[in-house]
Amino acid sequence: MGIAIDIEGVTKRFGSFTALNDVSLAINDNEFFTLLGPSGCGKTTLLRMIAGFEGTSEGEIRLFGENIAKLDPNLRPVNTVFQQYALFPHMSVIDNVAFGLKMKGIDHVARRKRAGEMLDMVHLVPFADRMPNQLSGGQQQRVALARALAPTPKVLLLDEPLSALDLKLRQAMRVELKTLQQDTGITFIFVTHDQEEALTMSDRIAVMSAGRVQQIGTSRDIYEAPQNRFVADFIGETNLLAVLVEDVSGGVARLTLPGGHLIQCPASGIGAGKHHLSIRPERLGFVVGEGDLTVTVERVIYLGTDLQVITRLDNGEALNVRMQNAARVAVPEPGARVALKLEEGAARLLAD
Amino acid sequence: MASLISQSGTKDTKQATPIRLLWPTWVVIGFFLLLPVLMMAVYSFLTKEFRGGVIWEFSTAAYEQFFVTRGLFGDEPAQIEWTYIAIFWRSLWQAGLATIVCLIVGFPTAWFIATRPADSRGIWLFLITIPYWVNLLIRTISLKFLIRDNGPMNDVLMSFGVIDSPLSLVNTNTAVLLGLFYSYLPFMVLPIYAAVERYNFSLSEAASDLYASRWVTLHEIVLPIVKPGIVAGCILVFVPSLGAFLAPDLLGGAKTFMIGSLIEEQFKGTQGNWPFGAAVAMILMTLVMIALLFYAHAASKGGKE
Repeated sequence: MGIAIDIEGVTKRFGSFTALNDVSLAINDNEFFTLLGPSGCGKTTLLRMIAGFEGTSEGEIRLFGENIAKLDPNLRPVNTVFQQYALFPHMSVIDNVAFGLKMKGIDHVARRKRAGEMLDMVHLVPFADRMPNQLSGGQQQRVALARALAPTPKVLLLDEPLSALDLKLRQAMRVELKTLQQDTGITFIFVTHDQEEALTMSDRIAVMSAGRVQQIGTSRDIYEAPQNRFVADFIGETNLLAVLVEDVSGGVARLTLPGGHLIQCPASGIGAGKHHLSIRPERLGFVVGEGDLTVTVERVIYLGTDLQVITRLDNGEALNVRMQNAARVAVPEPGARVALKLEEGAARLLAD
Repeated sequence: MASLISQSGTKDTKQATPIRLLWPTWVVIGFFLLLPVLMMAVYSFLTKEFRGGVIWEFSTAAYEQFFVTRGLFGDEPAQIEWTYIAIFWRSLWQAGLATIVCLIVGFPTAWFIATRPADSRGIWLFLITIPYWVNLLIRTISLKFLIRDNGPMNDVLMSFGVIDSPLSLVNTNTAVLLGLFYSYLPFMVLPIYAAVERYNFSLSEAASDLYASRWVTLHEIVLPIVKPGIVAGCILVFVPSLGAFLAPDLLGGAKTFMIGSLIEEQFKGTQGNWPFGAAVAMILMTLVMIALLFYAHAASKGGKE
């Protein structure tokens, strides 16, 4: 498996503002790669730099080994699906899809055929002669997808393409996008601020914040083994507890939980002292008898499939617990003092 | 222009507007526009009174005078009269040239203003309108002073060594063209600005992403989308240029005689010929109507939704 996009030491400054700060990452060929982060983290800027709409202040962007950082967008064999689709309003659907092929000098018959195949792929053949403003948002988005895929780009860039769709459509499109990526074998680089979108579709995710890459890994890596507090906090829900690490030996830290209970936890690059412990709410369980933590139940929130139990430690810190809404579980009453047990490997120690 | 306005208003508000709100407009248009045009149409079919004015007697003499000649004494076989057709042709040519020059200068100007940050666009538009606070006559005369043989323009050009001897511009077609261009440039800039301002620049990015060069993007994407603004600007420059008489009168000479001056002459003093002036005006109006119909046709074809 080769490397499709190799970004090395890329920095982007707008005046005194640094949008991207020395970013390096490699995206594999045939990978569904997601740039995930809150707005203003630089993910869209990075995507626009790969497309060629923004120049780099420093660094190299290589596409299959060739440095493309200085090429104009029309000379880069990558295509983009824009956030607001940017369909040409004066052209029919089929002309929109065929536009890139026309620009590449492919003759009329061949490009109509290819555009037709693309429309077939996104189930829009009956709409070929419609104008873009006669289509629904979901249909427009599929036209944008067909248009960007028609010239068979080496890499497809997607800039929050699902953000304008309603929930049901968004969920359906996630599956469709993933299938499309696997069928075409084209590298997808997907930008989103929606972690659920990122976790469900991506082969790998780069979590970004403040112009830097915080962590790169699979969905499971990012969720279960966050490398810092930002990633732990941004991806999913988590409880961050201030803890005191007694000592570290052989990659295992011994630490004291609030309330005085001692536990062991894997640690890398962390010494003794004050740190934070990340515990996912669904990996805490209520137990009868001795637990790791003792809490007071404050509220129980009904979420359908789950119940969210908000509890408070004796030192006043809040602790969220997720439990499945199953018939056999006993739901704790507000005001009750209960014991909580950490699942094996549930706690993750993060450097301060 | 009409299509620009109707595009920005939604269909819903148009339907919701009670028709009676239009009554003041109808009264004004009826009294000050339709009635004079009707009078002009009637006058063009009357007989001329020698000191100006008309005799109420039906006659097609005015139209005959325009199209047909029977020699100096009126006793030769009828032939086509080319004099006035030549004036019309020259006017069309001048107005067309003025429109093209306005477009060449106006489009980049409008583009520049529309691509400034939103809060500074108002200032740029304001700057465009400043010359229009001064009366057109004054502006045209000052233009004449600027471009005359020993005027400031020639002085500057000669001091920079661009030219060796003064350019004789006054009383030429070029001077008239310059006058028309100067008078009507904002009418080109403003509608194009309105169209470009609404243009979604991510479409240009999409085009370049799909391998279109800058020129192809301009031709295939930008121009078709801002076309209604360009056509509106061209009409707003072309139509008044066609009937202009100040610029040709003040900046031009005998060789640059245009329709506007021809019509003006017929109603001035005692030498005039009211029915003939009315007839020329009717012919001009017919030409303009044809141009507008052509525009409406082009706009409905381009702007189908």
